[in-house]
Amino acid sequence: MTDTGMTDTGITLTRRPDGDAARPAKAPPLRPHHRQLAVLGVLLLVAIPLPLVLPPAQGAVAVRILIFALMAVGWNVMSGFGGMFSFGHAAFFGLGAYTSAYLLVEHGVSPWIGMLAGMAVAAAVAVVIGYFAFRYKLQGAYFALATFAFAEMLRLIVTTSDFTNKAVGFTVPLIQGSSFWKIQFAADSPAYFWIALGLAGIAAAVSIVFLHSRTGRYVTAIRDDELAAASLGTPVLRYKLVTVALSAAITSVAGAFYTQYYLFVNPDLAFGSSVSIQAIATVVIGGIGTIWGPIVGAVILGALSDVTATLLRTPPDFLNFLQGRSGLDVAVYAVLLILIVRLLPKGIVGTIAARWRR
Amino acid sequence: MSNIGTKAQSPPAPAARRRPLLGGDGTGAVLKRAAVTGGLVAVAIAVALIKSGSGLVVWQSVVTGLLMGGLYGLIAMGLTLIFGVLDIVNFAHGALLAIAMFIAFGVVQGTGVHPYLTLLVAVPALFLLGAAVHRGLLSGTGGASLENQLLITLGLSLLLENGLLMFFGAEPKTVALPGDFQFSLFGAVVSGARLYAFLGAILIGAVLFWLLRRTRFGTAIRAVAANGQGAELVGVNVRRVHTLTFAIGTACAGAAAVLAAPLVTVTPTLGEQFNITAFVVVVLGGMGNVAGALVGGLLIGLVEQLTTIYMDGQSSLLGVFAVFVIVLFLRPQGLFGRRS
Repeated sequence: MTDTGMTDTGITLTRRPDGDAARPAKAPPLRPHHRQLAVLGVLLLVAIPLPLVLPPAQGAVAVRILIFALMAVGWNVMSGFGGMFSFGHAAFFGLGAYTSAYLLVEHGVSPWIGMLAGMAVAAAVAVVIGYFAFRYKLQGAYFALATFAFAEMLRLIVTTSDFTNKAVGFTVPLIQGSSFWKIQFAADSPAYFWIALGLAGIAAAVSIVFLHSRTGRYVTAIRDDELAAASLGTPVLRYKLVTVALSAAITSVAGAFYTQYYLFVNPDLAFGSSVSIQAIATVVIGGIGTIWGPIVGAVILGALSDVTATLLRTPPDFLNFLQGRSGLDVAVYAVLLILIVRLLPKGIVGTIAARWRR
Repeated sequence: MSNIGTKAQSPPAPAARRRPLLGGDGTGAVLKRAAVTGGLVAVAIAVALIKSGSGLVVWQSVVTGLLMGGLYGLIAMGLTLIFGVLDIVNFAHGALLAIAMFIAFGVVQGTGVHPYLTLLVAVPALFLLGAAVHRGLLSGTGGASLENQLLITLGLSLLLENGLLMFFGAEPKTVALPGDFQFSLFGAVVSGARLYAFLGAILIGAVLFWLLRRTRFGTAIRAVAANGQGAELVGVNVRRVHTLTFAIGTACAGAAAVLAAPLVTVTPTLGEQFNITAFVVVVLGGMGNVAGALVGGLLIGLVEQLTTIYMDGQSSLLGVFAVFVIVLFLRPQGLFGRRS
């Protein structure tokens, strides 16, 4: 996220030569940045003792919330900050999951390395997809459909390749005891939560820093008015590609951690369209383009899926026919999604923020 | 792989407003593109012949592909009509199709009537459902922006699919066609159900074409599609036209569902597959182009069948997506559409 390219364009938007030191009277851009990071730090500190307090079943829900949050933060970088509505984030989630699973199962590589490799692969694929999509000026529905098509193509390729074990997918080999290096602990160990918390915290911090960085501001400018940004000399394509790559990399981490936590991944779990939809729904409910939206959305959806799961296991009398049926959780969040879009189009966080400012 | 070359040679499209709903730009250009497309299809078939080495296999694929393609065309017609007039990318189209299939299944199970008679129930039901969806969810300020419409229809499709899953369970169901038969068409086996579905699709397509071209209401629809504000100024009730168009679009899905029901196993999530294919067809035919949807449907049916010949063991959808991505990049206005 450097701005190395700015010099060769010749034109710059703001008093660039004098740099940070001489940034006159315009302090505000820095402050929210630090305030948000501080809030994030407090949230993380509060969350650390959670697994010791919560019953084990709730601990699993908490980890799932964090995985949702990682995915959602990734999606939000591209579609919220960048305004490029992706319908295919399953591609990056799946690439992260499969890269790390493949390296671990076939070559015994640590999932941490696998995670980094997955980020690189996902970012590279995202840049290729993004390059073609921007090169051919796909917008709105067409862009969404193109990203969707790429995710589905990856799913079909993975489902039919021997290289990736076809429809079976990968099962993470169990080890004796627990190991941080291999990210494997006892099933109800709080370590999973702490690692997920750390990853989600880093992702959220990266998204905050990104939003306030030079690249992030260019990208939001491009989102708001691409023509104006381009006419001021912003290298639009480059900033868009950086955003897409960052978004894909964050989402791929969610995939890699998902595999480690559930010890298992297959094409539908990794590349299925429900993964993309999950990422979208989380952010839309929380608030597109806001920093806290993905996190709020993840908490709501995660808690909701737990409630519906309990409801299906032990339904009250009037819902007896639902016993053992699936689909309620998605149906509920679909209703929530429709209601939010109709009634609070800015999402929960966006609406609250708008009220606050007034 | 039927249309890769078409865009390379297409003339720079005029910068006019998109789609008059039927037909494209100048007849000459359309004919030229149709010729190129036809040539590519011929080449694709020739390659398939060389690859498989058996004329019968390819012939069977072509026949099956075209028959299936008619049905895809019908599904896509509803989708493209909705897009052309309302600018809504309807992600719930496939789920509505699944609803109609379950209606057909339920009616056949409950009363034992001939499956095709359920058209009389499914089509009006879907028409009303479509009208209700549009009035309730999509019209008004909340459904204004493209993203919002996309998200609402996406949420609706999730809701419908999972509602079906909750009430009917995931077990696949079948709708048997009594007195189904098979016959040989120059060696290719054709089942009666497929042929009926194809003919039904063509017939309904023709009715839709007639409705849009020859009736007063169709003129109103086309006027709204071309210029909503202008239509409103000359006294067209735009909101009503929108609702009715959405309803007609979903009714098309209902008709397609009944025709397709004997050919597939009915599951709550089957709409998803059809939805994807229908999107590809819509983009291929040009968003908002009803006649293009039918041609696109036939092409995609062929692509799907030929993919299985080209690539052993690969899903037939892979070829469909490859075509999709190429069309999206190189000719997003579709084979017969104008650039917007």
